[in-house]
Amino acid sequence: MLLSTLVFGLILGGTYALVALGLSLQYGIARIMNLAYGEVVVAAAFMAFLLFTGFGISPLLALLIVTPMGYGLSWLIYQFMMRPLVKRSGATGRLEVDSILATFGLLFIIQGVMLVTFGGNYHSYSYLTDGIDILGTTIAMNRALSFVLSVVIGGGLYLALTHSRWGLNLRAVALAPRSAPLVGIDVNRIARSGFALGGALAVAGGVMMSMNQTFSASYGVVFTMKALVVVIMGGVGNLFGALVAGLMLGLVETFVLVYVDPGLTLAATYALFLAVLLWRPEGIFSRRSK
Amino acid sequence: MVLLGCALAVVLLGLSPFFLDAYGIGLVVGLLGYATLASAWAMFSGPTRYISLATVAFFGVGAYTAAVLSETLPWPLVLVAAGVVGAVLALVVGLSTLRVAGIYFVIFSFGLAELIRQLITWYEVNVTGTLGRYIFLDIQPQHVLWQLLALGVITLALAALIERGRLGLALKAIGDDEVVAAHAGINLARTKLTLFVLSATIITLVGAIQAPRWVYIEPAIVFNPQVSFLTVIMALLGGANRRWGPILGAVPLFLLFEWLGANFPDHFSIILGMLFILIVFVLPDGVLAAIEKLRRKEARA
Repeated sequence: MLLSTLVFGLILGGTYALVALGLSLQYGIARIMNLAYGEVVVAAAFMAFLLFTGFGISPLLALLIVTPMGYGLSWLIYQFMMRPLVKRSGATGRLEVDSILATFGLLFIIQGVMLVTFGGNYHSYSYLTDGIDILGTTIAMNRALSFVLSVVIGGGLYLALTHSRWGLNLRAVALAPRSAPLVGIDVNRIARSGFALGGALAVAGGVMMSMNQTFSASYGVVFTMKALVVVIMGGVGNLFGALVAGLMLGLVETFVLVYVDPGLTLAATYALFLAVLLWRPEGIFSRRSK
Repeated sequence: MVLLGCALAVVLLGLSPFFLDAYGIGLVVGLLGYATLASAWAMFSGPTRYISLATVAFFGVGAYTAAVLSETLPWPLVLVAAGVVGAVLALVVGLSTLRVAGIYFVIFSFGLAELIRQLITWYEVNVTGTLGRYIFLDIQPQHVLWQLLALGVITLALAALIERGRLGLALKAIGDDEVVAAHAGINLARTKLTLFVLSATIITLVGAIQAPRWVYIEPAIVFNPQVSFLTVIMALLGGANRRWGPILGAVPLFLLFEWLGANFPDHFSIILGMLFILIVFVLPDGVLAAIEKLRRKEARA
């Protein structure tokens, strides 16, 4: 029982970590707190659902189709919605409030479009539902698959960020946005691609989530919240922190589900979140800088 | 002049139940409710720029307090109890959160509303055994209307009082520059906390007063996050930093959403979203500030 809960929790947490990574990139590099993030995740899940039930396209193929779309759309959103706000705010602190309100607007629009198109019902499809045995625990193949995919995508991203010139540019903007131009980095371009990359990760996470979970048009807020918990717990822009925090969230949820009360899993998420915000708003793994 | 206009509006609203039908009274009740919510929200969020999404947390707590106590206490005491519960909750929340600023406060306040909703839902299902509660009270819609009207007038009077008193001066200084204000001897934490508790208490009372209108309440109804979002957008449209701004935003938006809800319920959130984006891009400081700016430009030309 304990071992199977552990395995379930870790597998769930792997997907959370990947989803949260995208939000962390968007906030860390583009400095936009995207509150419509969960809506993008759910929209991708609906796309995968549509491709699978309508055209018989497997979610794996859908991942290859939809993820670039996520990148492109987020690129456009940054260019035409966020960039003017960044420009207007300049050095004042306006950007924070403005971006919150603008992404709120985005949240409602995407949610509304999904409600009109798909209605408020729960959706799901069955793909690779056969069980496989992991450490004596039977796990549906689609769950295992999404865990493996999370590891591959997350790991690949980590390598790209730490070992390529492109990754170096992204990290430079995240670390010191004011000094980055001094060494010839186009901050606007990097911020835009960071935002777009985050959107692509949200979409990838959404497709993977759709393989093994039911979802509805109003699920986005929950995903935004979970991603935020992970990001804030792990520290903004901290990839390793996001990974650990994602796994932790998966474990906490599964343990509350199994040992406490299924009705309290969401409450546990929020309680964990509020506690982290109060205790260490700068993240569990970051050194206090004061 | 302004005072006379206000008095006239209050008298007119107070007499409205005598010449309106049931639907009209319901409309005025909703309107007064949101106008008060938006004004109370702006009382704290306008000067401090803390965007709070906890409105519905207090609103719902007020409604639930009223529902739980309605059979054991006389109504005026129920309202007092609800106010006390709201103030204590706000004090606890404020003491722990007001040092968290910016985006963290926004998310915290939203998470708080959801946490309270989840906990009450869980408590009702597992401990009391039912999800909903009934409120059987001999309170007519017009009584709700008069109570809300009184609360609205008190809220505005309070806002005017704050503006003219020491607290208002302190707030202006904080709004201009927090660091300078702190150096001038203003206690930032206490000022913010005072406003937060005041604003939250009023919001709790709005929830308590409106509770008898529903007859049947459950967490999904009284903790609907839409209440928080609508309050924010109303206050921002009119201008959260102007005394009449929130009301100016609440009236047209409430009527618009009422009409949308009746005619295009599915497109409700799309239009809400477009309004948010419109306000950010076109009216970042609200309608009143935009008009002032326009006038200044004309005066110069």
